[in-house]
Amino acid sequence: MADTILVVVEQREGKLNRVSFETIAGAQAIAAETGWTLEAAVVGSGVGEIAKEVAGKKLAKVYEVESAKLEPYTPDGFVAALKQFVGQRQPRLVLMPHTYQVRDFAPQLATALGRTLVSDCIGVRKDGDGLLFTRQMFQGKFAADVALGGDPPYFATFQTGAFRADKAEAGASAAPVETVNVEIADGVIRTHPEAPFKEAKQAVDLTQADIIVAVGRGIKEQKNIDLAKQLADALGGELAASRPICDSGWLPMDRQIGSSGQTVAPKLYLALGISGAIQHIVGMKGSRTIVAVNKDAEAPIFEVADFGVVGNLFDIVPPLIEEVKKAKA
Amino acid sequence: MKILVCMKQVPQKDAPLKLNESGTWIREDVSYEVNEPDAYALEEALRQKEKHGGEVVVITAGPARAQQVLREALAKGADRAIHLEDAGFVGLDAFNTARAFAAAIKDQPFDLIFTGLQSDDYGFAQTGVILAELLGWPHATIIMQIEKKDSGIRVKRELEAGFFQYVDMPIPAVLTIQSGINKLRYATLIGIKQAKNKPMKKVTLAEAQSALAPNLQQIRRLYIPEKTKKTELLQGGAAEVAKKLVEKLRDEARVI
Repeated sequence: MADTILVVVEQREGKLNRVSFETIAGAQAIAAETGWTLEAAVVGSGVGEIAKEVAGKKLAKVYEVESAKLEPYTPDGFVAALKQFVGQRQPRLVLMPHTYQVRDFAPQLATALGRTLVSDCIGVRKDGDGLLFTRQMFQGKFAADVALGGDPPYFATFQTGAFRADKAEAGASAAPVETVNVEIADGVIRTHPEAPFKEAKQAVDLTQADIIVAVGRGIKEQKNIDLAKQLADALGGELAASRPICDSGWLPMDRQIGSSGQTVAPKLYLALGISGAIQHIVGMKGSRTIVAVNKDAEAPIFEVADFGVVGNLFDIVPPLIEEVKKAKA
Repeated sequence: MKILVCMKQVPQKDAPLKLNESGTWIREDVSYEVNEPDAYALEEALRQKEKHGGEVVVITAGPARAQQVLREALAKGADRAIHLEDAGFVGLDAFNTARAFAAAIKDQPFDLIFTGLQSDDYGFAQTGVILAELLGWPHATIIMQIEKKDSGIRVKRELEAGFFQYVDMPIPAVLTIQSGINKLRYATLIGIKQAKNKPMKKVTLAEAQSALAPNLQQIRRLYIPEKTKKTELLQGGAAEVAKKLVEKLRDEARVI
């Protein structure tokens, strides 16, 4: 049997997570490099429409891995289903997006099969007979090339934004869809989830803001938040923050930008004292212009910044407020 | 409830990191601190013990310096500690780290095991989930609330984009804890004093070896990532930089 790459696309409550197209784009690139066959699978109950949608992409085949017990999502259910399916298909490589759902079940799946999972990758390339995965380490300060040992299938997850969803190539014709029914015995699923909910109605919709001034750990104390607020006011923008600031209760959770907060793409994103951990970057890297002020020249935030100021924000921000006011007067 | 908290020592958040000579790891002469989500995991365990009684045990793997994390945990109120002490533990992949922990707690009954949701160094976000599978226990990840019930626990999972979800599950179980689940406490002077007399069990690499397998992941090369975006750095005194930046925002970004 030819070597196969399997992409497990993500569905949540019966909806395709668009980040899956990023994984398909990355998988198409490695399929082109290796000549391996590319297939996809969607796991759930009654997810035929999602399988059809995915089948529009350039793939050899799409599988609908089906069981009534796969709705709602549970790690035990998904692991039982994929253990059977992956065990039968024996792909060489299994690729998934590095989402909260995948983080919840994929390490269990790889362990149950006695295999390894290389998580949160930003790239993969052929290296002799094997593959070399690139992943960030130390909060994005370094990248590592990682080689995998043991037997296939190898499991890997891709970081959000590592590949572009719009680069996922469409197929000349729709890929065939095959339904695979899996058996999940009673008692396999040990956890009982309730329906997802949102905490409270969001008081502020940062996605609508043209200008955002965001603060991170570099702001040091709660009382210093006011300095950032003055800059936001002068610019006519909204105030936001990275996760640690909201964890500390210095700003409400609804002002948090990042994977667990809001995703924004304003005209201007001004990051004050934000180091730029990937969990924050994914929430703001689509901004049109990014300005970063940080005392650490090596901070990953400068990777995505258009304009950077290496320095103490407490020195820079007061004159900046004055200059903005002057320019606007 | 008997709770085990898996903790890790990682380089301090703003420590300047340098590559070692072989370009496979960082130079170890930096300042270290406790991995932030692990601190929240410990705090949650202490709160659960205060509510329901029981015991809090902390475990870490790493060289002698990593003992600091355990000492701090004991000072904050943990009852005893297990230190898998060897520099060799630092290079283990998530699968092997979980194996080493599973072996070190063999025959010790716990109701819950907490880990932070991921570490600041490797960032695998896997060790807790793997440990659950090795023990045959259920797990739940990225937890923001834990409530003891008659038949197990009810936890609040954080999902993406501001969503949450309640999950009922039996114990024993493994939970990975999100930062911000609670407010961290400081160690008291009396706590620091008492910590000195609390039990600290050492496990050597040789003792753990039989539980380990060859690493399935190997770092070939560690390096500073290539820049993908061209950043224009504005230089000069604060007033000068402020002026330059406003010009850029007005003339190039056109947001003023």
